[in-house]
Amino acid sequence: MHFSDWIKQPWPWYIAGPLIGLMVPLLHISGNKTFGISSSLRHICAACLPANIPFFQYNWRKEIWNLFFVAGIALGGLIAASLLSNHQPIIVNPTLVKELHRYGVNNHDGLVPAELFNWQSLITVRGFILMVAGGFLVGFGTRYAGGCTSGHSIMGLSNLQWPSLIATCCFMAGGFIMANLVLPFIMHL
Amino acid sequence: MPVKEIKREEHLQFLQQNTDFEVRSLDGASINESELSHPWWHNLKYAAAGVWFGILLVKSEVMSWFRIQEMFRLQSFHMYGVLGSAVATGIFSVWLIKKINLRTIYGEPIILLPKKFNKGQVYGGLLFGFGWALTGACPGPLFAQIGTGAAVVTAVLLSAITGTWVYGWMADKLPH
Repeated sequence: MHFSDWIKQPWPWYIAGPLIGLMVPLLHISGNKTFGISSSLRHICAACLPANIPFFQYNWRKEIWNLFFVAGIALGGLIAASLLSNHQPIIVNPTLVKELHRYGVNNHDGLVPAELFNWQSLITVRGFILMVAGGFLVGFGTRYAGGCTSGHSIMGLSNLQWPSLIATCCFMAGGFIMANLVLPFIMHL
Repeated sequence: MPVKEIKREEHLQFLQQNTDFEVRSLDGASINESELSHPWWHNLKYAAAGVWFGILLVKSEVMSWFRIQEMFRLQSFHMYGVLGSAVATGIFSVWLIKKINLRTIYGEPIILLPKKFNKGQVYGGLLFGFGWALTGACPGPLFAQIGTGAAVVTAVLLSAITGTWVYGWMADKLPH
């Protein structure tokens, strides 16, 4: 197999995981930056609409590295999807495929399901809950928790912070509750 | 080349006296900060780090809505393998940084201060968990998904920014 074919396959967890973990020392050594993404949403608020809210009254320009970082992530997504992809659907557990089929989700081509995440479905009840309500909870919840999967689950756990362990357990608990108990009802809407 | 020699004790003092410290202590899992300032283009290296991270998010498939659903239904080891090995690598890296008193490329000491617990990590954590299962994305993947061409995810991102703003607006009324 050519290197170019190999690199275009999905990368196994034991390659990708450690490389993601190395983001932590990479950012520290680059200039004392802690790995974290959700703070960027706060900096965007502080820069665009601080509205005299104390939570947004700080020198966001000092944190601008974080905005460069997330802009890079979007560019990385573009590069990976256009140059490093074999354009094959993601292979998932057949049980999940069967469950999603019952909700009318059969297109596995994209990284997000095209039947659920599109402009038309944004104004349907199901699409609104998945995208708008879901997005709101991501932004509200991460800031309330003081971090996301990167800031708490990877950075915080790497530094053996027990508050981050509690946060991570709550992320997972919330996800389990939503995916198994609530999402089936939403998907039938 | 280090601009000036910064002593470990001095940097620790800087971190603890920092006026932004109270603001930042609500935030992130651990606090460290550089006391040096550089021209803006020094930030390009963080953009490059972001590009690399974005590629990792796509190629590991952790930003796939389908993979997130699998994870929360215990139908695949993949996500647990990625997160687990990332954390293991991170723990080892941070341990090594502390062990050998590693400095940044600017010669500044790397010190990570501990994070205080507050109830927000429970309530906020659960709320974020709900959102993670709905959107199939945490904040990093949102940016990566938009980059891969899923333009509609900009609506999710705007909603997430709104959520952060509403949190900031009512933060002092919430239990912490």
